Amino acid sequence: MAKVLVVTSGKGGVGKTTTTAAIGAALARSGQKVAVVDFDVGLRNLDLVLGAERRVVFDLINVVQGVAKLSQALIRDKRLETLFLLPASQTRDKDALTDHGVASVIKEMRGRFDWVICDSPAGIERGAQLAMRFADAALIVTNPEVSSVRDSDRIIGLLDSKTEKAEKGQQIEKHILITRYDMQRASRGEMIGIDDVLDILSTPLLGIIPESEEVLRASNVGSPVTLNNPASAAARAYLDAARRLRGEAVPMTIPSDRKGLFDKLFGRRAA
Amino acid sequence: MRFFNLFRRRRSAGVARERLQILLSYERAARGQADLLALLREEIIAGITKHVKVERDHIHVRVERGQAVSTLEIDIAIPHPAGILAAGS
Repeated sequence: MAKVLVVTSGKGGVGKTTTTAAIGAALARSGQKVAVVDFDVGLRNLDLVLGAERRVVFDLINVVQGVAKLSQALIRDKRLETLFLLPASQTRDKDALTDHGVASVIKEMRGRFDWVICDSPAGIERGAQLAMRFADAALIVTNPEVSSVRDSDRIIGLLDSKTEKAEKGQQIEKHILITRYDMQRASRGEMIGIDDVLDILSTPLLGIIPESEEVLRASNVGSPVTLNNPASAAARAYLDAARRLRGEAVPMTIPSDRKGLFDKLFGRRAA
Repeated sequence: MRFFNLFRRRRSAGVARERLQILLSYERAARGQADLLALLREEIIAGITKHVKVERDHIHVRVERGQAVSTLEIDIAIPHPAGILAAGS
């Protein structure tokens, strides 16, 4: 039985799609059977970040409406055979997604995968609420910056009231993932501290992803950063976060791409 | 000069934290209140329309939050006396 995880944030541009791809690939790399589902109807991008944009035939709405079977719409990753993508529709109206339809697709996926990761659209409207509706756990992607923290707070409010779990009186499991963390700016006191973010949102931390040019490089070539350059700081942070999701106790560190003295002296590339 | 720059920089993250704490405590309170308002509005409308013929759009329910006291304001526009139904009819 799969665990359904929603990757959400409220605010746009904080790294939901990057995170969905990176965590999905990290889990699949460790042998888990993973489906990543793009809920951003009309503005799909997960296909692009995964490099599967030319292989999309059917999409989530086709499956919801019974036009295609789930197995026809799922795209198997070319690099990882346990990673699958269910793309969003690029053309249809987002109202085509119904509560009931999404429920039945998620239910079918629960039986087939270890993880179903739902990439939420930005905002707090219907699309975002449907993406979180049937989740067991939520990954709240937050930048250490005022507007992102505020929006995360709104999303936490929705997770605690509008999800199926919340309506049944159960607790949805919530994790904060800090992304685009700039260690130098943080050390100069220009970024809200991690402790302050966690304290304000009163939600536990899953990981800290450092700002890294490897993230952009990976999306340019259509490969999750955890596959494209697993040794990079961002990838290592995502790999650790994925292990924590599986229940492993991994010490919380902020990986760095900065070269050590040895590398500086001999001009070697940091591992 | 450098010392003051350093001091100012260090404070910007602290300012962000304080602003957020104040804003969010206000927004969280307002969030619960939105639900309460909707509930109050529905029950007040139900109670009033049992006895008086009024348009739903003519009933306004508002809560004003003050420092010491909050006020609940109910504004109902009744078209004309004929709108009031005789009791028991």
